[in-house]
Amino acid sequence: MSELTALWGNLPVWSQLLLWDLVKIVAIVGPLMLSVAYLTFAERKVIGYMQVRIGPNRVGPRGWLQPIADGVKLLLKEIIVPSGANKALFIGAPVLALLPALVAWAVVPFTSTLVLANVNAGLLFVLAVTSMGVYGVVIAGWASNSKYAFLGSLRSAAQIVAYEIAMGFALVGVLMSVGTLNLRQIALDQAGGFWHWLFLPLFPLFLVYFISGVAETNRAPFDVAEGESEIVAGFHVEYSGMTFALFFLAEYANMILLSALTAILFLGGWFPPFDFAPFTWVPPLVWFLLKVSVILFLYLWLRATFPRYRYDQIMRLGWKVLIPVTLVWIGVMGLVIFFTPWAFLFYR
Amino acid sequence: MKAIRKYLHSFLLIELLQGLALTGKHFFARKITVQYPDERTPQSPRFRGLHALRRYPNGEERCIACKLCEAVCPALAITIESEQRDDGTRRTTRYDIDLTKCIFCGFCEESCPVDSIVETRIFDYHGEKRGDLVYTKSMLLAIGDKYEKEIAADRAADARYR
Repeated sequence: MSELTALWGNLPVWSQLLLWDLVKIVAIVGPLMLSVAYLTFAERKVIGYMQVRIGPNRVGPRGWLQPIADGVKLLLKEIIVPSGANKALFIGAPVLALLPALVAWAVVPFTSTLVLANVNAGLLFVLAVTSMGVYGVVIAGWASNSKYAFLGSLRSAAQIVAYEIAMGFALVGVLMSVGTLNLRQIALDQAGGFWHWLFLPLFPLFLVYFISGVAETNRAPFDVAEGESEIVAGFHVEYSGMTFALFFLAEYANMILLSALTAILFLGGWFPPFDFAPFTWVPPLVWFLLKVSVILFLYLWLRATFPRYRYDQIMRLGWKVLIPVTLVWIGVMGLVIFFTPWAFLFYR
Repeated sequence: MKAIRKYLHSFLLIELLQGLALTGKHFFARKITVQYPDERTPQSPRFRGLHALRRYPNGEERCIACKLCEAVCPALAITIESEQRDDGTRRTTRYDIDLTKCIFCGFCEESCPVDSIVETRIFDYHGEKRGDLVYTKSMLLAIGDKYEKEIAADRAADARYR
């Protein structure tokens, strides 16, 4: 032990920092990957229960080892590269899909002290990084050299472009309200009971953000990019084994990321819903994870309930409903803040 | 007016919330899954599963090779060849049922004048190579011998309605 500490002391400062950061990254990505695995399990269970079934219960006690079995199976399976495919891009695309979903976690605050990088432009960083995710899908569709994959990636690209605008505008409302891009600061501004949280004054924007979040992650009912019934499996038809698993990891990691962001931006981050005795005993991290879980449950609930939108309906909803709604609400907010005595409703 | 109401209905997410309420209710409903190898659903005595050839209590096989089942079989799954036995009676030398052709309609059982060919309650059987599902006379007789008790009880239970 003393030898180890001596070794640590002899290391140059820059490598100490590097190693320490590496440890922190592992501390975030490790549990994240585990929660992704168990999110797939939760999804199968929740959807099963809503369809009056009991879901997977054979592997391990009550099915709790199912995600491990799935992971091992996918690891052991062969990765088939189609003969007409562009090999480098074909292998690179899943990595490109997963990376942004993980990188964005660097700026996500779990509590007021627990954050890897407390960046001032954190929200901007998240937006920039998550937009990169679509490249993974587009490149996967193109590199597969298959018409179904190509159609799927085109759909996904058009959809993500449309909904990113609505999402961005919804975030403009948040920025007008709190006046900072720092995610930690945004959450701190919502300290206090749930009546201080932003989802109340910004309710339409909260809904728009959540709906476009579902569309951004290509989840049901916006999962035309996969569209089993018409384009087989969309952009990942040609993928198998671990390359396929990476797309899955990316989708679920993105879901968790968007839920965490929704919790931070609209639902008061790690603050308890009431700022008095029994609620303040629960540690902030637990409150944060609880809120994320509730939003994730909502994702699964949506998938169990709604049929897939038709492609043109998705475009109509994105361009002709969500974007006008956000624009109108931002306009209303601006007018109220500048010209009426009720500015306190929105501005803090 | 109606158009506006309809628009508000979907714009305010009322329709979607109704859908969510329905699935939310079912989330807590009693689950109807039957965990098959451990649990089984109840069967009717009229269940039409794997075939069997029966014998009389004295051990004599019932089938007299009248070939009515072969004639009535809509899927042409039954093949019968017959010969005269030493005691002068007509008996089958071959009685094959191709279970890959069979549609389990039960016509063979209905047509049989001596209740020889019957369909049992067995539904979980399998073949591992081509030809495994062509059941021959000896296989069918063996099934009949093994399940005679159950077969007889089922026929008795259904006899009132025949």
